[in-house]
Amino acid sequence: MRWLSSATVEHLRRVAEWPDLADTKYRLLEELGRGGMGAVYLADDTVLGRKVALKVVATGVSDPAAAERMLREARIIARLEHPGIVPVHDAGALPDGRVFYAMKRVDGSRLDALAPAMPLAERLRVFQRVCEAVAFAHAHGVIHRDLKPENVMVGAFGEVLVMDWGIARLLESAADDPSARPPGARGTAAGSVMGTLSYMAPEQAAGGVAGAAADVYALGGILYFLLAARPPFEDEAAEARARAGGADAPPRPIREAAAGVPAALEAVVARAMSIAPEARYASAEELSAEVSRYLDGERVLAHRETAVERAGRFFAKYRTAILLVAAYLVVRAAMLWLFPR
Amino acid sequence: MRDDDTGTRLAAADRFPATRHSAVLAAQSDDVLERERGLAILIDAYWKPAYKYIRLRHRAQGEDARDLTQGFFTRAIEKDFFGGYDAAKGSFRTFLRVCLDRFVANELKAAAREKRSPGAPMLSLDFEGAEGEIAREPPDPSRSVEQYFHDEFARSVFGLAVEQLREECAQRGRDLPYLLFERYELDRDPDERVTYESLAEEFHIPATQVTNFLAFARREFRRIVLEKLREITSSDREFREEAKSLLGVAP
Repeated sequence: MRWLSSATVEHLRRVAEWPDLADTKYRLLEELGRGGMGAVYLADDTVLGRKVALKVVATGVSDPAAAERMLREARIIARLEHPGIVPVHDAGALPDGRVFYAMKRVDGSRLDALAPAMPLAERLRVFQRVCEAVAFAHAHGVIHRDLKPENVMVGAFGEVLVMDWGIARLLESAADDPSARPPGARGTAAGSVMGTLSYMAPEQAAGGVAGAAADVYALGGILYFLLAARPPFEDEAAEARARAGGADAPPRPIREAAAGVPAALEAVVARAMSIAPEARYASAEELSAEVSRYLDGERVLAHRETAVERAGRFFAKYRTAILLVAAYLVVRAAMLWLFPR
Repeated sequence: MRDDDTGTRLAAADRFPATRHSAVLAAQSDDVLERERGLAILIDAYWKPAYKYIRLRHRAQGEDARDLTQGFFTRAIEKDFFGGYDAAKGSFRTFLRVCLDRFVANELKAAAREKRSPGAPMLSLDFEGAEGEIAREPPDPSRSVEQYFHDEFARSVFGLAVEQLREECAQRGRDLPYLLFERYELDRDPDERVTYESLAEEFHIPATQVTNFLAFARREFRRIVLEKLREITSSDREFREEAKSLLGVAP
């Protein structure tokens, strides 16, 4: 009998779990990743001759709730036609009974992996694209509820895509659908805790209904990550939040986590991640506009500037003109000194 | 049947393991032939995990570990150890491990293996091969002995499934799907990026055929693994639990 290394055994474990695509138009190529609800595979669409990403529910036919969640996710994404949201092409059940949906294959990298190597201005522009996609979803009545850098893909052509809408919620739902809880979700009297504690709004972590403000909070968390290269709540702090049921703990000050973060951006993060939902930016668009102000060298609304900061911003914004004028004045002064009348 | 049809045409018949008689139940049967069949299947699946477990858990070396493994399975045959298994109390895998611990403890205590009659039947077990495997990949100290036993059980089931896949492909005169499976899934070298296109070039077939053959071989492999699990468990519930623990999902 052939000996199999542990790495091969682990690989075969996954191979044996791969979905049965017999008699479908898809041919499975490789596994791209997996999460709590299911796994994503690269597949060939043999009819259209293109590669697609297939998300397939993790459990077998014995879990109809999981299948329903997967279809629900597909339907939510299907109603969000936006360049920042990956389009769904197809959905249904495979011959082995597992529910799947096919979406555009994104050739790129996750934001958490890519961000540390990006210049600040580029990170902020990517962040604005995330805000735009989220604002679009909100305008169509969809709350993502699990925004984090790991759920943002930056494509090969610079496109920014918000992924994993598995626990998204429709605003018209009066309350969260208990059947939409992913495996392991903690239920509470008020609702259910779903999402990632490192980026989760306090009201969501406490089991309350998460609205657009919860997504704004998580966007603040993403901005925190983009500035500090670490999540606002790391493992222990996130666990402490879980234990406290989303108690009002602010994240570690960003300038403690990463020196040199501009005070204006620190203030933007602080406002986006305010404990009280009403103290946050009213929308993802407002948050994006605030970042635009920073990029354009204008004053951000969340930050009260000192005179020195104002002068610094003024200098940064008009640097070229100021340097030209200064150079002119220096030359003029030198000429007056060298050639006095 | 044309080669490029293999993936699609053979697939339909092999979606789910055909119901087989459980080897665990067979091992408890009053029918001698049926009992022997069941025991042979169980020994095939478990002897290597048991041997490695004895080496690690009971720190038995060389001859001692071999004698204990031989002794355990021959005693299981003689004394009908497995007849006492009650599916309501847990999985057969756990039952076997507990039996093994008890047997080894008793043997060591009484030093009985020296007293075992020379005429006791000997099973044909490849201990040299098992030793070679331990040398190639020593036990991970971060894993508990129970986890180690489970890991070795998974290795044994997958190893048997790979072997059966190879045999079945050969019997059907379809060696190519197995060879592709072996090359792409088993001989994985992290430094070598094997693609469907490179395999197509290597085996002189179109890339679409590589895709079909691999899809076929993976389905067959899954079917055989589930079939093996069905065989070495005693109930549908235990089968699903073992499948979940081995594959990560309930079938």
